[in-house]
Amino acid sequence: MDTTRRDFLMIGSKMLIMTAATAGALEHVLAGTPEAVADVYRAADHWWAMLIDVEKCIGSGDCVRACKIENDVVDEPMYFRTWVERYHINMSDPDHPIVDSPDGGINGFGEKYKDGDGKTFFVPKLCNHCADSPCTQVCPVGATFRTIDGVVLIDKDYCVGCRYCIQACPYGCRYLDPRSHTADKCTLCYHRLTKGLKTACAEVCATGARQIADLKDPNDPVHEYLRTHKIQVLKPQMATGAKVYYNGLDGAVR
Amino acid sequence: MPGVDGFMYPNEVELQWSVLIVLYPFITGLVAGAFILASLERVFMVEAVKPTYRLALLTALAFLLVAPLPLQMHLGHPERSFEMLFTPHTSSAMAMFGFVYLWYLMVVLVVEIWLDYRQDLVLTWRSSTGLKRLLYGVLTLGSDNLSDASLRIDDKVGRIVTIIGIPSAFMLHGYVGFIFGSIKANPWWSTPMMPIVFLFSAIVSGIAMVLLLYILTAKLRRVAVDMLCVDTVARYLFYAFIVDFSLEMIDLIHRIYEADESFRALDFMVKTRLFTSQIILQIGLGTLVPLALLAATQLATFAVRARLRMYVTAIVLTLVGIFAMRWNVVIGGQLFSKSFLGYTSYKMGFATREGLLPAILLMLVPFGILFVLVKLLPPWDPAPRSATVSGRV
Repeated sequence: MDTTRRDFLMIGSKMLIMTAATAGALEHVLAGTPEAVADVYRAADHWWAMLIDVEKCIGSGDCVRACKIENDVVDEPMYFRTWVERYHINMSDPDHPIVDSPDGGINGFGEKYKDGDGKTFFVPKLCNHCADSPCTQVCPVGATFRTIDGVVLIDKDYCVGCRYCIQACPYGCRYLDPRSHTADKCTLCYHRLTKGLKTACAEVCATGARQIADLKDPNDPVHEYLRTHKIQVLKPQMATGAKVYYNGLDGAVR
Repeated sequence: MPGVDGFMYPNEVELQWSVLIVLYPFITGLVAGAFILASLERVFMVEAVKPTYRLALLTALAFLLVAPLPLQMHLGHPERSFEMLFTPHTSSAMAMFGFVYLWYLMVVLVVEIWLDYRQDLVLTWRSSTGLKRLLYGVLTLGSDNLSDASLRIDDKVGRIVTIIGIPSAFMLHGYVGFIFGSIKANPWWSTPMMPIVFLFSAIVSGIAMVLLLYILTAKLRRVAVDMLCVDTVARYLFYAFIVDFSLEMIDLIHRIYEADESFRALDFMVKTRLFTSQIILQIGLGTLVPLALLAATQLATFAVRARLRMYVTAIVLTLVGIFAMRWNVVIGGQLFSKSFLGYTSYKMGFATREGLLPAILLMLVPFGILFVLVKLLPPWDPAPRSATVSGRV
């Protein structure tokens, strides 16, 4: 078939247009913008926190297991993004609670205390995603940072593994991941939050003891909850702006 | 869980900062202390300590060159450590280390040593041949003017550098104390006293180390020990030690009297897991005994031989005590739970990356470097300076 000048121009311009479109698309892909989320999730519109109702926690350990699976947390008993503590307080010595957390409570808690023998309750713990977090303050390279929607995260490709942040956290929420040799901790399931999902721990909690809360969302029931309950954070004297709010937290908990 | 008493937050069971991080304040302390001793002669004109002047500078340099190594070996990603210099996080105390370190190394110590040795370097360069001539030629940096005017400039600039160096030495080690003292999460560390206590213990350890090296090298070289010098340095060691001990006692008494929420936990720790390293090594053998020995030499007259033995015993115990102090701060600060409800233990490896063996090797490296420095830049017998310069202004 003879190619006329007209054909050549037509095919040539089509190819040019296609190449330009491909290049545009490729640029978009390489930029790593998750298109669906970019349209839906605007970080500046959120300010994340968590509500924990101590009176609802039954110490099942479901949250600990769900977190380990969802976030691929090292399966050894010294590495937890979330864990559950059992407090037992003898009324004769309320200042010195007896606390245990066998394997972070991952398998629940066996019977240990009898009814009427003081009081016993469970306290789920996780990163407090502090607004003024001491861990981000001390990071020498800024590998750990607070997002504009209030979640404290770690850039694993940037962390030097000096462990200063682990020392600086008053709540014991951080550890060094033995696989990556970088600091690690709860991300508040940021990968889920930004898709409109709950954290894994809140998702599986059978009693609703954990609730994810968006303080910037006027329709979030958290506002009503905070208004009608007596709320406390852990170690308020540390002035870290902790954003895990506990309902029914005993003064003995530290 | 093995090694744990009571309750630890699960992530606290493993210690994060090992014996290598104990070496870091110990080594930088020796640097700062050695430099302060050197500046006694240079700035405050204490002529009696002159025989230790150059040795003190070389000791400071030898230890300063090794100071970043334990940190580097400890990092999870040593290959990323340069990020602290190129993209420092300005609110982080640790990020400032590189800058404080480089300032001290490049602006203070190396410049002062070079200025002080320039005349010797030029003379050695002129009188030698071959490779040695080439080496010393490079070390002179091409500056071979030995005129009186030129030497006077050396002396003047050297003095200015030393004057800048004193606050720099204070900054170097005060800063190391701040790294610990500014961690509000840890009541064992969090005190504004920490930088000051670190500083004075640094001065004590540096003076002790230089004095020990001076006495040992004199014995090795089979030359007479300058007792006026040794007595004077020992007196300064005694004074610095009294200040250091008083500061530590103020901190201790304050903690005991205030007895805040952490007190019971820390008190129990000191009486159990830290008993040997804190009560016996740091306070008893490492402080009270050397202080008593040094006080005795001030109060009574002893024969030279006896005095030297007392000094050496006091110095060795002092160094053990200061090392124990670093240990108790770094390791002790991680043995108790931030819940104040339990204790963990430190299991030091031997031939592991952060074990005892690398720690011992790291402590030997500065002595190797010092050996080379002393060969290159003999500190013993300074070349006679021209008349105008020897009487300093």
